[in-house]
Amino acid sequence: MIAALAFAAAVAAQPPADPAAAARAQALEQEIRCVVCQNEPISQSTAEMAGDMRALVRARIEAGDSDDEIRAFFRDRYGEFVLFRPPFDARTYLLWAAPALLILAAAGAAYSLRRRGDAAFAPETDPDGR
Amino acid sequence: MIAELGAVLAAVALIASLAQAGFGLRAGARSDSALAAIAASSAQTAAFAALMAFALLITLFVQSDFSVAVVQANSHIDKPLLYKIAGTWGNHEGSMLLWCLVSAFFGLAMAHNRGAMGLGMWARAIGVQGAVTAGALIYTLILSNPFARLDPAPYAGSGLNPLLQDPALAAHPPMLYLGYVGLSAPFSLAIAALLEGKANQGWARALRPWALIAWTCLTFGIGLGSYWAYYELGWGGWWFWDPVENASFMPWLAACALVHCAIVTERRGSLASWTILLSIIAFGLALLGTFLVRSGVLTSVHAFAVDPRRGVAVLALLAVVLGVGFGLYAWRAPGLAKPAGFAAVSREGLMVFNNLGLAVAAGAVLVGTLYPIAVEAATGDLISVGPPYFNIAFAPLMAALFLVMPLAPLLTWRKGDAGAALRTLWLAGALAFASAAIVLLFRNNAIIPAAGIGIGVWATAGAFVYLWKRWGQGGPRSAARFAALPLSVWALAAAHIGAGVLTIGAVAETAFRSERAAALAPGESITFAGRTATLLEVAEAQGPNYTALRATLRVAHGGRVDVAAAERRAYSTGGAPTTEVAILSALDGDFYIALGEAAARDGQAAWTIRFYHNPLVQLIFWGVTLMGLGGALGLAALARRRRTAPHSALAAA
Repeated sequence: MIAALAFAAAVAAQPPADPAAAARAQALEQEIRCVVCQNEPISQSTAEMAGDMRALVRARIEAGDSDDEIRAFFRDRYGEFVLFRPPFDARTYLLWAAPALLILAAAGAAYSLRRRGDAAFAPETDPDGR
Repeated sequence: MIAELGAVLAAVALIASLAQAGFGLRAGARSDSALAAIAASSAQTAAFAALMAFALLITLFVQSDFSVAVVQANSHIDKPLLYKIAGTWGNHEGSMLLWCLVSAFFGLAMAHNRGAMGLGMWARAIGVQGAVTAGALIYTLILSNPFARLDPAPYAGSGLNPLLQDPALAAHPPMLYLGYVGLSAPFSLAIAALLEGKANQGWARALRPWALIAWTCLTFGIGLGSYWAYYELGWGGWWFWDPVENASFMPWLAACALVHCAIVTERRGSLASWTILLSIIAFGLALLGTFLVRSGVLTSVHAFAVDPRRGVAVLALLAVVLGVGFGLYAWRAPGLAKPAGFAAVSREGLMVFNNLGLAVAAGAVLVGTLYPIAVEAATGDLISVGPPYFNIAFAPLMAALFLVMPLAPLLTWRKGDAGAALRTLWLAGALAFASAAIVLLFRNNAIIPAAGIGIGVWATAGAFVYLWKRWGQGGPRSAARFAALPLSVWALAAAHIGAGVLTIGAVAETAFRSERAAALAPGESITFAGRTATLLEVAEAQGPNYTALRATLRVAHGGRVDVAAAERRAYSTGGAPTTEVAILSALDGDFYIALGEAAARDGQAAWTIRFYHNPLVQLIFWGVTLMGLGGALGLAALARRRRTAPHSALAAA
């Protein structure tokens, strides 16, 4: 592990030559939580641990892992808490469905406000012309 | 002595606000103007006593009286005067006293502004506001007394969190509190309306300035916080859907909805019960924000008072507010409902769309913020809900709202002509499509960012079209007619242009930001984002209460050469080092430089330096400023109308 980190740190000191790999690393680093910080992704933390974790992301990319494999790698190592993208399973169906359910509720509220016979309404202008 | 006097004055403020609550509510129930006058003068006493208490707390901070616990924990003798003063509210106890002070002042302002309200409504509103102030003061005095002494008194203070020693952060909490607590005034008016059993146009007219003050202050407060995060935290970001950011954003969304629907209630009399409900929800969200920050149930850099008892107490306060609010609403609101009808395509119809959209957005943010707590309580699992969820939930809603936004001001009340409004907006539509096409030309496959920027341009240009149309309404477009445009027109245009500009900046920054980290020794260069940055030197520098490592860089961009300095500061009181970034703004965005760790290389001194290119990021802050300016102009418009139009026009209340 220490050897892996040391290797990773050496790799990270050199910016990845491949811009696509660098972009992937940046995107992943925004989704992975720094485990010693308070609510910060590793991309923005100045903690040493975050630097090590960033190095680890880049090392996994160098090793040819896919994004999902890298997320799984971090989840297995640090727990689900480390991923800012919540999992999609029985515990979080309600979370992911919440926006749609809220929109349905809003549509229901709008429907109950709706009045029949739009034609019956005449346009009105404010006294001050608005 | 000063601390004891402060505590006594805070107790006087508590007694006065209890009197304000009792006499106000009683005066409302009996329509007794003598009792109402007592309530109004109690409000004066409460505000004056709270002001004196707060001034004494500032004095303790300025004198660095370390026998007072809060001063000891949050100040230091070496700190510059500005941050000694700002330290007063840069901590839990002091900020709670500020909360009470602001609430008391809103009570005073309500007592002095009866407007078109009837006696009963006015007295009850003062009374409810007094109860809110009293609740906050009880909490402050019992659970977070800022005047508590230490015995024996220590010789030195521990210092203010270095991250918070910044001008923007000195202004951020008072602004945010004005906004949070400002929402207590619409809440008081909503409860008064429910007690009175009526909510008419005069009532809505009295409510509008408070909602607008709260919204404007929240806008500036959140904007300052975001700008601070951008230049101080050193990673080039400006919003992270942090729970504490969400805690201020949810009341903002609710206040934004309230500002709009209160217009409908005032102008048309409709949606009154929704205006009431929204006032209750908005203040509830403001209290929930306080709870989330103070209780420490959410981990965040902002949670500086982690004490379960305090959390429970705020939760109890929240339960009372929501219990009374929703209970009264369920009981009395059905009696209010006499909505005037309107067609789906009308100014009212689109305001309803706006309100439902903002309410859904606030709801989605609320669910996302609280969900980890619920999962942990139910299963014991720790999960995180971060930007990937919020972006998916939030962005499409905003897109839908912004597509409709330019139409609303062009429609008439009751029934509008969408076709005519769309034809008026043809130029805005053409500009939107053109800008989306330009984005696609430069970045293939960037379909979502292109759509986002197109929507931002649509909203911005749409507000300009509105301005143009209003200018030409009822006569030729002359300079005199331009100057005579009402303030309310400028307010709407500024706020909507700001929202559009903010969208353009936010989408561009989120989609197209890039970064590069490099280990540089003095003399070495890096080429990134069209600039060539050369590290000139890294040297130590001495500040008033910190030592800094300062990297000086030369940045060549086109024909221009700038010298920029990025620092890492270590404060004498300890704590993590802070970053002072260098930001070079240009038309295409910011070049942002943060100094990192030393990285020795081949026996030569080198430093890790992170470079960011944040395209159009300044538009975000300009957009927020314009929105806040729109709010301020709206307030000026309401104030001018109050002076010119007699109350009797709407004195039906």
